[in-house]
Amino acid sequence: MEKLTNKSVQINRTPLNFMERAYLPALAKGLTITLGHVFKKTTTVSYPEVKRPFSPVFRGLHILNRDENGAERCTACGLCALACPAEAITMEAAERKPGEEHLYREEKYAAKYEINMLRCIFCGYCEEACPKDAVYLTETVMPANYSRDSFIYKKDDLLIPGPNKKESK
Amino acid sequence: MNFDLVMSETPKFKVTIDTISVEVPAGTTILNAARMIGGDVAPPTMCYYSKLKDSGGKCRTCLVEVSKGSEKDPRPMPKLVASCRTTVMDGMEVKNITSEKVLDARKGVVEFLLINHPLDCPVCDQAGECDLQNLSYEHGTEATRYEFKRRTFEKEDIGPYISLHMNRCIMCFRCVFTADQLTEKREHGILERGDHAQIGTYLNKALKNDFIGNVIDVCPVGALTDKTFRFKNRVWFTKPVDAHRNCSNPKCCGHVRLWMRGDEVFRVTARKDEWGEVETRPDGTPGWICNECRFEKKQTKDWVIEGPALIPRSSVIAQGHYVGTKKTPVLIDKVIGKEPQYQLNIHDISDVNKPEIELSKIAGPAHSDDFNK
Repeated sequence: MEKLTNKSVQINRTPLNFMERAYLPALAKGLTITLGHVFKKTTTVSYPEVKRPFSPVFRGLHILNRDENGAERCTACGLCALACPAEAITMEAAERKPGEEHLYREEKYAAKYEINMLRCIFCGYCEEACPKDAVYLTETVMPANYSRDSFIYKKDDLLIPGPNKKESK
Repeated sequence: MNFDLVMSETPKFKVTIDTISVEVPAGTTILNAARMIGGDVAPPTMCYYSKLKDSGGKCRTCLVEVSKGSEKDPRPMPKLVASCRTTVMDGMEVKNITSEKVLDARKGVVEFLLINHPLDCPVCDQAGECDLQNLSYEHGTEATRYEFKRRTFEKEDIGPYISLHMNRCIMCFRCVFTADQLTEKREHGILERGDHAQIGTYLNKALKNDFIGNVIDVCPVGALTDKTFRFKNRVWFTKPVDAHRNCSNPKCCGHVRLWMRGDEVFRVTARKDEWGEVETRPDGTPGWICNECRFEKKQTKDWVIEGPALIPRSSVIAQGHYVGTKKTPVLIDKVIGKEPQYQLNIHDISDVNKPEIELSKIAGPAHSDDFNK
């Protein structure tokens, strides 16, 4: 039959010679290779004490930004949700009331804002789509967790702390 | 005197627009002749509205170049003309997108229209179906050269149905014509003049006359928007569905477009045609809808649903792909004899779209206390 590939190797079936049958020399040869690695440079790092440098374009956990006065920048325009290829972002908008100007930058704000981190693929399109510089992907690696429901990040989880602790809630 | 014109009732004029010839009855404007050809040949319009008498001639968006006046007088017209106000002549040759001059002028017009227009599309409810947004996307420049303060106005409350954002207005006068021609009494108009010109009721009156809701549909920008839909959802996340009901109002056609999310009706508008205008009904009348249909009937059971509305693919509203969707039957529950158990039901955890908060039932926009009940 014609060979399909050139990858097949003929097995060497010649009987073992004396040195090979003695077993111990081959064992010693193998151990020298193993011991030799002790003196070589390690390829791993002791995370989290040592961290590898991130690429400048690394995309990690999301945050929702505030402006210089501590008001939420997000205006619930829905462009992040529209750009999101994984459909991870959902939101509900509300109108700012008189007296809430210090909390929300625009007339409209996101009353609810959620990112489903189980769906998120960290593509960064939301950051790119945001016209208000509100959503950013940070250099924090997303933490692991035991339960699925803890991966639904709500607005409180995403929003950066405000200048006033009481207001930030 | 031209006897041919008098003798025959409607003489046909041959007009060539962008090298495409069309025969139109005398008295047709260049714009309407171009719309008969359709497609890119039709100039964009911001103030002209074919269903409103006397509209047009204000925004200059529809400027075209007439390179040959007519068969008898073949001289070109010296300046670009507003196609919505210029009637065709026999043998006229018009250049729209084939003329560099027109494209350049249109770019300038867009820049003028945007001079005082705030950049608040993320907040504006019209975003996604805004004529000015589309126009500046297709014909405008990326940046403005304007360095001065934009004109701003005090916000005026014009009742529970319509919200007015004067800052966004481009002074097209469409809403004034609508109130004149559709409602029994016009209660708003243009106040002041020049840079101070503004739409208003002067006395903070509520616009409540029947059929006044149509000003929302005719407004090319987000100056007049539906207050019952205000900030409820973005247009492109709602599902456009054509529906009708037997409206008791004889002037109302009852054929509308519902903007739904799930089974919730968020907004009711008239149906729009390819020019962004209210659709013409099969009997030839414009499909205006009454206030009751638009603002009061926000339940699925009020309507007979015809099916998903056809939205042009160029529109962001088409991103939901609601047309031609097929639900694939789930067979796993039949095989295992019970419903599959979800590892995570998103509705148990998510705060968004809570069934107890029905946004479509709230009269105006939602506020912080609507969510913190």
